[in-house]
Amino acid sequence: MFELLGISPPVLMGQLLLGLINGSFYAVLSLGLAVIFGLLNIINFAHGALYMMGAFVAWMLLNYVGIGYWPALILAPIIVGAFGILLERTMLSRLYHLDHLYGLLLTFGLALIIQGLFRNYYGISGLPYQIPEVLSGGQNLGFMFLPNYRGWVVVASIIVCFGTWFMIEKTRLGAYLRAATENPVLVGAFGVNVPLMIMLTYGFGVALAGFAGVLAAPIYSVNPNMGADLIIVVFAVVVIGGMGSIMGAILTGYLLGIIEGLTRVFYPEGSAVVIFVIMAIVLMIKPEGLFGRPA
Amino acid sequence: MRKFAISAAALAAMMGTPVLAQDINVKLGVLNDRSGVYADLSGEGSAVATRMAVEDFGAAEKGMNVEVISADHQNKPDVGSNIAREWYDVDGVNAIIDVPTSSVALAVADITAEKNGVLLDSGAGSTVLTREQCQPTTVHWTYDTAALANGTGGAVTNAGGEKWFFLTADYAFGHSLEENTMEVVKQNGGEVVGSVRHPFPSQDFSSFLLQAQGSGADVIGLANAGGDTVNAIKQASEFGITQAGQKLAALLMFVTDVHSLGAETAQGLNLTEAFYWDQNDTTREWSARFEEQMGSKPTMVHAGAYSATMAYLEAVEAVGSAEDGRAVVAKMKEMDIDDPLFGKTKVRGDGRVIHDMYLFEVKAPGESEGEWDLYNQVSTISGDDAFLPMLDECDFTKK
Repeated sequence: MFELLGISPPVLMGQLLLGLINGSFYAVLSLGLAVIFGLLNIINFAHGALYMMGAFVAWMLLNYVGIGYWPALILAPIIVGAFGILLERTMLSRLYHLDHLYGLLLTFGLALIIQGLFRNYYGISGLPYQIPEVLSGGQNLGFMFLPNYRGWVVVASIIVCFGTWFMIEKTRLGAYLRAATENPVLVGAFGVNVPLMIMLTYGFGVALAGFAGVLAAPIYSVNPNMGADLIIVVFAVVVIGGMGSIMGAILTGYLLGIIEGLTRVFYPEGSAVVIFVIMAIVLMIKPEGLFGRPA
Repeated sequence: MRKFAISAAALAAMMGTPVLAQDINVKLGVLNDRSGVYADLSGEGSAVATRMAVEDFGAAEKGMNVEVISADHQNKPDVGSNIAREWYDVDGVNAIIDVPTSSVALAVADITAEKNGVLLDSGAGSTVLTREQCQPTTVHWTYDTAALANGTGGAVTNAGGEKWFFLTADYAFGHSLEENTMEVVKQNGGEVVGSVRHPFPSQDFSSFLLQAQGSGADVIGLANAGGDTVNAIKQASEFGITQAGQKLAALLMFVTDVHSLGAETAQGLNLTEAFYWDQNDTTREWSARFEEQMGSKPTMVHAGAYSATMAYLEAVEAVGSAEDGRAVVAKMKEMDIDDPLFGKTKVRGDGRVIHDMYLFEVKAPGESEGEWDLYNQVSTISGDDAFLPMLDECDFTKK
């Protein structure tokens, strides 16, 4: 059957695996967006810029301080998360009582400013960042050559995604969080510090973007526009999965990575639009998204 | 530099037209990408190079009043056209310099002809500028897709890379580069076994690279530019494609791209450029001055902006005015230029500038002595071999 499609099973397997790898980035990024939207009702357009910052912070740690990939994997998200908290405290927190649109416009503006600043200081061509020694090289899987680093990306993203899902859906802290978004006044009355929780949630969502940025640094060009190209796709992923649905964002991320990967084989020219076509179809048939609850 | 001045002075003497330089006002507009993908290889650097040319030409000492302004065309033809019109109509600009991104360059070339200005193009690659849409006011200085194809395509095929697979950016520039290179490959006895067109811009090339790997080609030709090329090369090394013996041919790559990749990943790549900072004492000295102002080494596009401006000012001085763009370009076509950066240079009747091109190989990290010490020169391709022959209907010196 595969032969009929003009593609042999090994090639197909290879492409499925590549799709899964790209899906890992979509999943981690859309998860951060879904957490922020689901719990804070902010459409965080600065997410792509913060992802880019994650990659740049990893580069700076290496080149200015001599800190390598592994510590950066922890440190860069913390630094980016702290930057996010600063944004939340000084700007975003003033917009919670207004319409979604204001948050969107603010974060969009912030994204442009952050990208502009990085472009000004580091140029547009990008900076080199090597794959860590331990993960260089790769495995021959028979149907394809899998670079070790890509394998690590899939594993790391699955751990982070499902860890986050577990924390929000299955733990007491997560229950507080969800309760606080339903009724902040009541939860506050029970002695929970709601503003602090919201601030940390935003910081966490942003840290996820920074984490994805560090993961991306060794394989994609570290340049100021790297997030701008990706953010639109990631938004489409969140919309398809259902705005605010944590599991929806994760599963849709992987799924769309795979679909996009397959499009690259059958009709490469269409691979840039396939996700948006799916988004349009989903919005027509199930406007709340694949995993969203009807409003 | 001195040679340049002497030959120009001799030329002016030959013309027998004593010029009152004091009366000449010239306004130059550097129009390029200052914020997008081509901002590093053109951008502010081209404005800096243009100002250096004005200074080195000694415009002030000659009493010429030269002003340089600049703007961002954002790689959009409509934005570029609007700025060009405003510059010619309102600001009194005499010549527009650089203009990378072929679609914008073509739009500006038409407006320039209409307004009788001058387009000194350094950044754009399409051969259409001096062929299908040639104009008497266009000077295309630095490179074009045919020269790149002849350089890299020819060299790699002759070195035994006979079966080619193309990874092509899916827009006008990519198509044109792919087509030019395919022709050169076939002329040299090579064969094209397949191609894939990827969306522009793309982040992930692994899928396309695997298709290229499966095709059994000797060479994967990258008919794309900037970040796309950088990502494709990075990932080809990651997926063990280069290590497994398939060669990559980056058909358009600037020294800033190689710098961004790092010598570790880029080593062994063949590429064609019209200029490299470390070619001789003059280029080194000039590039050091450029680096003082920009913080990075110049690309061939920056060098082209400098040299084109020098030649232009020379012609303006000889003509005695910058007002008539056609007359200035006609004068440029008469001059024998010994350019400090490009060597013996001739502006052909169709506006295509003929000079030598060079095939380079990226050094291995061990050989490289500094972050910008990146190329070994492999061979020189003479201008007549590198560029396409002139179309008769585009020879404006005949009219």
